[in-house]
Amino acid sequence: MDTVDGNAIGGLLQEVFGTEMTGAASVCGSCGAGRPVAELAVYQRAPGTVVRCRSCDSVLMVFVTIRGRTCVDLLGLASLG
Amino acid sequence: MAGTALRRRLTWQVAKVSAVTVETASVRTLTLDVPDWPGHQAGQHLDIRLTAEDGYVAERSYSIASAPGEPVAITVERLDDGEVSPYLTDELRAGDDLELRGPIGGYFVWEPEDGGPLLLLAGGSGIVPLRSILRHRERTGSTVPVRLLYSSRTLDDVIYQAELDQPARGVEVIHTLTRQQPPGWAGYARRADAALLAEVAWPADAMPLAYACGPTSFVEAVSQALVQSGHPPERVKTERFGATGGT
Repeated sequence: MDTVDGNAIGGLLQEVFGTEMTGAASVCGSCGAGRPVAELAVYQRAPGTVVRCRSCDSVLMVFVTIRGRTCVDLLGLASLG
Repeated sequence: MAGTALRRRLTWQVAKVSAVTVETASVRTLTLDVPDWPGHQAGQHLDIRLTAEDGYVAERSYSIASAPGEPVAITVERLDDGEVSPYLTDELRAGDDLELRGPIGGYFVWEPEDGGPLLLLAGGSGIVPLRSILRHRERTGSTVPVRLLYSSRTLDDVIYQAELDQPARGVEVIHTLTRQQPPGWAGYARRADAALLAEVAWPADAMPLAYACGPTSFVEAVSQALVQSGHPPERVKTERFGATGGT
Protein backbone atom coordinates (compact mmCIF):
# COMPACT_ATOMS: atom_id res chain seq x y z
CA MET A 1 0.00 0.00 0.00
CA ASP A 2 1.13 3.48 -0.82
CA THR A 3 1.59 6.04 1.89
CA VAL A 4 -0.36 9.17 2.55
CA ASP A 5 0.97 11.98 4.73
CA GLY A 6 0.29 13.71 8.02
CA ASN A 7 -2.44 15.89 6.51
CA ALA A 8 -4.65 12.80 6.37
CA ILE A 9 -4.54 12.24 10.15
CA GLY A 10 -5.18 15.83 11.21
CA GLY A 11 -8.45 14.76 12.84
CA LEU A 12 -6.88 11.90 14.79
CA LEU A 13 -4.02 14.14 15.94
CA GLN A 14 -6.41 16.88 17.02
CA GLU A 15 -8.41 14.30 18.98
CA VAL A 16 -5.26 13.02 20.73
CA PHE A 17 -3.41 16.29 21.32
CA GLY A 18 -6.39 18.63 21.63
CA THR A 19 -5.00 21.06 19.07
CA GLU A 20 -4.10 21.38 15.41
CA MET A 21 -0.89 19.40 14.87
CA THR A 22 -0.30 19.08 11.10
CA GLY A 23 1.73 22.29 11.07
CA ALA A 24 3.73 21.32 14.19
CA ALA A 25 7.46 20.66 13.84
CA SER A 26 8.72 17.12 14.37
CA VAL A 27 12.25 15.83 14.79
CA CYS A 28 13.11 12.19 14.11
CA GLY A 29 14.75 10.47 17.07
CA SER A 30 16.85 8.26 14.79
CA CYS A 31 18.25 10.51 12.06
CA GLY A 32 17.41 13.97 13.37
CA ALA A 33 15.45 15.03 10.27
CA GLY A 34 13.03 17.85 11.03
CA ARG A 35 9.82 18.47 9.14
CA PRO A 36 6.22 19.49 9.76
CA VAL A 37 3.95 16.63 10.86
CA ALA A 38 2.01 17.14 7.60
CA GLU A 39 5.07 15.96 5.66
CA LEU A 40 5.58 12.68 7.52
CA ALA A 41 4.77 9.34 5.86
CA VAL A 42 1.56 7.77 7.18
CA TYR A 43 0.44 4.14 6.82
CA GLN A 44 -3.22 3.68 7.65
CA ARG A 45 -3.94 0.07 6.82
CA ALA A 46 -2.06 -1.47 9.73
CA PRO A 47 -4.10 -2.35 12.87
CA GLY A 48 -3.62 1.28 13.69
CA THR A 49 -1.89 4.28 12.20
CA VAL A 50 1.89 4.23 11.77
CA VAL A 51 3.81 7.45 11.13
CA ARG A 52 7.33 7.18 9.73
CA CYS A 53 10.23 9.51 9.01
CA ARG A 54 10.40 10.39 5.33
CA SER A 55 14.23 10.47 5.48
CA CYS A 56 15.20 7.23 7.30
CA ASP A 57 11.85 5.37 7.50
CA SER A 58 12.00 4.99 11.29
CA VAL A 59 8.70 4.66 13.12
CA LEU A 60 7.98 7.98 14.85
CA MET A 61 4.41 7.61 16.12
CA VAL A 62 1.88 4.78 16.43
CA PHE A 63 -1.82 5.23 17.21
CA VAL A 64 -4.11 2.30 17.89
CA THR A 65 -7.76 2.85 18.74
CA ILE A 66 -9.69 0.02 20.41
CA ARG A 67 -13.20 0.43 21.82
CA GLY A 68 -12.96 4.19 21.79
CA ARG A 69 -9.58 4.39 23.53
CA THR A 70 -6.53 5.48 21.60
CA CYS A 71 -3.08 4.20 22.60
CA VAL A 72 -0.29 6.52 21.53
CA ASP A 73 3.41 5.70 21.14
CA LEU A 74 5.67 8.67 20.42
CA LEU A 75 8.98 7.05 21.35
CA GLY A 76 10.44 7.49 17.85
CA LEU A 77 10.33 11.27 18.10
CA ALA A 78 13.10 13.45 19.49
CA SER A 79 10.68 16.37 19.68
CA LEU A 80 7.23 17.46 18.63
CA GLY A 81 5.59 20.89 18.51
CA MET B 1 -0.67 27.39 16.09
CA ALA B 2 -1.82 28.32 19.59
CA GLY B 3 -4.81 30.32 18.33
CA THR B 4 -7.92 29.81 20.39
CA ALA B 5 -9.94 28.99 17.28
CA LEU B 6 -7.78 25.93 16.77
CA ARG B 7 -8.32 24.71 20.32
CA ARG B 8 -12.00 24.07 19.80
CA ARG B 9 -12.90 20.48 20.48
CA LEU B 10 -13.38 18.38 17.39
CA THR B 11 -16.74 16.65 17.60
CA TRP B 12 -18.74 14.47 15.23
CA GLN B 13 -21.97 15.91 13.95
CA VAL B 14 -24.64 15.02 11.43
CA ALA B 15 -24.80 17.10 8.25
CA LYS B 16 -27.35 16.91 5.48
CA VAL B 17 -26.45 16.56 1.82
CA SER B 18 -28.04 19.55 0.09
CA ALA B 19 -26.84 18.86 -3.46
CA VAL B 20 -24.90 16.30 -5.48
CA THR B 21 -23.04 17.60 -8.53
CA VAL B 22 -21.60 15.32 -11.20
CA GLU B 23 -18.03 16.48 -11.96
CA THR B 24 -16.75 13.52 -14.03
CA ALA B 25 -17.77 9.89 -14.52
CA SER B 26 -16.21 8.95 -11.18
CA VAL B 27 -16.24 12.24 -9.25
CA ARG B 28 -19.07 13.96 -7.37
CA THR B 29 -19.25 17.14 -5.37
CA LEU B 30 -21.40 16.90 -2.25
CA THR B 31 -22.67 20.19 -0.91
CA LEU B 32 -23.42 19.87 2.78
CA ASP B 33 -25.64 21.65 5.21
CA VAL B 34 -23.64 21.52 8.45
CA PRO B 35 -25.62 22.91 11.40
CA ASP B 36 -22.64 23.73 13.62
CA TRP B 37 -19.85 24.78 11.28
CA PRO B 38 -17.33 27.23 12.75
CA GLY B 39 -15.98 28.20 9.31
CA HIS B 40 -12.90 26.86 7.57
CA GLN B 41 -9.73 27.93 5.83
CA ALA B 42 -8.94 27.25 2.18
CA GLY B 43 -7.12 23.92 2.01
CA GLN B 44 -8.56 22.37 5.18
CA HIS B 45 -10.19 18.93 5.48
CA LEU B 46 -13.06 17.25 7.15
CA ASP B 47 -13.41 13.65 8.30
CA ILE B 48 -16.35 11.51 7.17
CA ARG B 49 -17.51 8.56 9.28
CA LEU B 50 -19.71 5.77 7.97
CA THR B 51 -21.17 3.23 10.38
CA ALA B 52 -22.49 -0.07 9.03
CA GLU B 53 -25.49 -1.84 10.51
CA ASP B 54 -23.17 -4.29 12.26
CA GLY B 55 -21.33 -1.43 13.90
CA TYR B 56 -18.29 -1.45 11.61
CA VAL B 57 -16.93 2.05 11.29
CA ALA B 58 -14.89 3.51 8.44
CA GLU B 59 -13.42 7.01 8.51
CA ARG B 60 -11.79 9.00 5.72
CA SER B 61 -10.45 12.51 5.42
CA TYR B 62 -11.59 14.69 2.50
CA SER B 63 -10.41 18.09 1.39
CA ILE B 64 -12.98 20.84 1.48
CA ALA B 65 -13.74 22.02 -2.05
CA SER B 66 -15.50 25.27 -1.26
CA ALA B 67 -14.03 28.58 -0.19
CA PRO B 68 -14.40 29.94 3.33
CA GLY B 69 -17.85 31.55 3.55
CA GLU B 70 -19.38 29.27 0.93
CA PRO B 71 -21.53 26.26 1.88
CA VAL B 72 -19.28 23.36 2.89
CA ALA B 73 -18.63 21.01 -0.04
CA ILE B 74 -16.38 18.04 -0.63
CA THR B 75 -15.43 16.54 -3.98
CA VAL B 76 -15.03 12.78 -3.89
CA GLU B 77 -13.40 10.47 -6.41
CA ARG B 78 -14.79 6.96 -6.51
CA LEU B 79 -12.13 4.36 -5.71
CA ASP B 80 -13.41 0.98 -6.86
CA ASP B 81 -11.90 -0.84 -3.87
CA GLY B 82 -12.72 1.97 -1.45
CA GLU B 83 -14.70 1.45 1.75
CA VAL B 84 -16.13 4.95 1.84
CA SER B 85 -15.95 6.68 -1.55
CA PRO B 86 -18.34 4.37 -3.49
CA TYR B 87 -21.04 5.08 -0.93
CA LEU B 88 -20.44 8.82 -1.18
CA THR B 89 -20.39 8.94 -4.99
CA ASP B 90 -23.02 6.30 -5.84
CA GLU B 91 -25.48 6.04 -2.98
CA LEU B 92 -25.82 9.42 -1.31
CA ARG B 93 -28.63 11.70 -2.47
CA ALA B 94 -29.71 15.21 -1.59
CA GLY B 95 -31.51 15.07 1.74
CA ASP B 96 -29.41 12.21 3.13
CA ASP B 97 -27.53 12.53 6.41
CA LEU B 98 -23.77 12.26 6.68
CA GLU B 99 -21.62 12.15 9.82
CA LEU B 100 -18.58 14.42 9.80
CA ARG B 101 -16.17 16.45 11.90
CA GLY B 102 -14.06 19.43 11.00
CA PRO B 103 -12.52 21.63 9.90
CA ILE B 104 -9.16 19.91 10.23
CA GLY B 105 -5.60 20.89 9.40
CA GLY B 106 -3.54 24.04 9.52
CA TYR B 107 -0.57 23.26 7.31
CA PHE B 108 -1.87 22.96 3.77
CA VAL B 109 -3.85 26.20 3.96
CA TRP B 110 -3.62 29.57 2.26
CA GLU B 111 -4.77 33.00 3.33
CA PRO B 112 -4.41 36.16 1.24
CA GLU B 113 -1.80 37.53 3.68
CA ASP B 114 0.41 34.52 2.86
CA GLY B 115 0.89 36.22 -0.50
CA GLY B 116 2.38 34.65 -3.59
CA PRO B 117 2.95 34.27 -6.40
CA LEU B 118 1.06 31.03 -6.00
CA LEU B 119 2.23 27.93 -7.80
CA LEU B 120 -0.51 25.31 -7.56
CA LEU B 121 0.30 21.77 -8.67
CA ALA B 122 -2.57 19.29 -8.88
CA GLY B 123 -2.59 15.61 -9.77
CA GLY B 124 -6.08 14.21 -10.38
CA SER B 125 -8.39 14.88 -7.45
CA GLY B 126 -5.54 16.79 -5.82
CA ILE B 127 -7.21 19.78 -7.46
CA VAL B 128 -9.84 19.87 -4.69
CA PRO B 129 -8.08 21.89 -1.95
CA LEU B 130 -6.43 24.04 -4.64
CA ARG B 131 -9.87 24.91 -5.99
CA SER B 132 -10.81 26.10 -2.51
CA ILE B 133 -7.68 28.28 -2.55
CA LEU B 134 -8.53 29.67 -6.01
CA ARG B 135 -12.06 30.54 -4.97
CA HIS B 136 -10.84 32.08 -1.70
CA ARG B 137 -8.38 34.24 -3.64
CA GLU B 138 -11.15 35.48 -5.91
CA ARG B 139 -13.69 36.06 -3.15
CA THR B 140 -11.23 38.04 -1.04
CA GLY B 141 -10.16 40.22 -3.99
CA SER B 142 -6.58 39.03 -3.74
CA THR B 143 -4.50 39.86 -6.78
CA VAL B 144 -1.55 37.52 -6.18
CA PRO B 145 -0.58 35.92 -9.51
CA VAL B 146 -1.42 32.23 -9.76
CA ARG B 147 -0.19 29.48 -11.99
CA LEU B 148 -1.99 26.16 -11.78
CA LEU B 149 -0.49 23.08 -13.38
CA TYR B 150 -3.15 20.37 -13.43
CA SER B 151 -2.26 16.83 -14.45
CA SER B 152 -5.12 14.52 -15.47
CA ARG B 153 -5.29 11.25 -17.37
CA THR B 154 -7.72 12.45 -20.02
CA LEU B 155 -9.81 15.54 -20.68
CA ASP B 156 -12.87 13.69 -19.35
CA ASP B 157 -11.08 13.31 -16.01
CA VAL B 158 -10.61 17.04 -15.52
CA ILE B 159 -12.60 18.11 -12.44
CA TYR B 160 -14.16 21.63 -12.34
CA GLN B 161 -13.48 21.89 -16.06
CA ALA B 162 -15.97 24.68 -16.82
CA GLU B 163 -14.74 26.72 -13.86
CA LEU B 164 -11.08 26.29 -14.78
CA ASP B 165 -11.81 27.25 -18.39
CA GLN B 166 -12.76 30.72 -17.17
CA PRO B 167 -10.12 31.52 -14.59
CA ALA B 168 -10.19 34.70 -12.56
CA ARG B 169 -7.95 37.58 -13.57
CA GLY B 170 -4.33 36.81 -12.77
CA VAL B 171 -4.82 33.04 -12.81
CA GLU B 172 -3.15 30.90 -15.49
CA VAL B 173 -4.35 27.32 -15.86
CA ILE B 174 -2.03 24.86 -17.58
CA HIS B 175 -3.27 21.35 -18.26
CA THR B 176 -1.32 18.23 -18.97
CA LEU B 177 -3.13 15.07 -20.09
CA THR B 178 -0.94 12.07 -19.43
CA ARG B 179 -2.88 9.17 -20.94
CA GLN B 180 -5.00 10.36 -23.82
CA GLN B 181 -5.45 13.68 -25.56
CA PRO B 182 -8.37 14.82 -27.70
CA PRO B 183 -7.69 15.56 -31.40
CA GLY B 184 -5.98 18.91 -31.83
CA TRP B 185 -4.92 19.10 -28.14
CA ALA B 186 -2.56 22.03 -27.78
CA GLY B 187 -1.71 21.53 -24.12
CA TYR B 188 0.91 19.33 -22.53
CA ALA B 189 0.71 15.55 -22.87
CA ARG B 190 3.32 14.28 -20.44
CA ARG B 191 3.89 13.65 -16.77
CA ALA B 192 4.70 16.53 -14.48
CA ASP B 193 8.45 16.34 -13.85
CA ALA B 194 11.47 18.62 -13.58
CA ALA B 195 11.48 19.35 -17.32
CA LEU B 196 7.82 20.30 -17.42
CA LEU B 197 8.15 22.41 -14.27
CA ALA B 198 11.11 24.20 -15.82
CA GLU B 199 8.75 25.28 -18.61
CA VAL B 200 5.69 26.24 -16.61
CA ALA B 201 6.72 27.07 -13.04
CA TRP B 202 8.14 30.34 -11.81
CA PRO B 203 11.86 30.10 -11.19
CA ALA B 204 13.06 29.87 -7.60
CA ASP B 205 14.20 33.50 -7.55
CA ALA B 206 10.58 34.61 -8.04
CA MET B 207 9.99 33.04 -4.59
CA PRO B 208 6.63 31.46 -5.37
CA LEU B 209 4.62 29.76 -2.65
CA ALA B 210 3.94 26.25 -3.98
CA TYR B 211 1.12 23.85 -3.03
CA ALA B 212 1.33 20.35 -4.48
CA CYS B 213 -1.54 17.91 -3.97
CA GLY B 214 -2.32 14.55 -5.52
CA PRO B 215 -1.20 10.94 -5.51
CA THR B 216 2.01 10.32 -3.58
CA SER B 217 4.08 9.65 -6.72
CA PHE B 218 2.93 12.93 -8.31
CA VAL B 219 3.58 14.99 -5.20
CA GLU B 220 7.01 13.43 -4.65
CA ALA B 221 8.00 14.09 -8.28
CA VAL B 222 6.98 17.74 -8.39
CA SER B 223 8.06 18.68 -4.87
CA GLN B 224 11.49 17.10 -5.26
CA ALA B 225 11.93 18.76 -8.65
CA LEU B 226 11.11 22.16 -7.15
CA VAL B 227 13.47 21.73 -4.19
CA GLN B 228 16.25 20.47 -6.46
CA SER B 229 15.86 23.53 -8.66
CA GLY B 230 16.40 25.80 -5.67
CA HIS B 231 12.95 26.40 -4.18
CA PRO B 232 13.19 26.46 -0.37
CA PRO B 233 11.43 23.37 1.08
CA GLU B 234 9.43 25.52 3.49
CA ARG B 235 7.76 27.23 0.49
CA VAL B 236 6.73 23.92 -1.06
CA LYS B 237 3.68 22.60 0.81
CA THR B 238 2.57 19.08 0.04
CA GLU B 239 -0.40 16.83 0.51
CA ARG B 240 -0.37 13.18 -0.59
CA PHE B 241 -3.49 11.16 -1.29
CA GLY B 242 -1.83 7.78 -1.65
CA ALA B 243 -1.98 5.71 -4.83
CA THR B 244 -5.42 6.71 -6.00
CA GLY B 245 -4.28 7.32 -9.55
CA GLY B 246 -5.89 10.00 -11.62
CA THR B 247 -2.91 11.80 -13.07
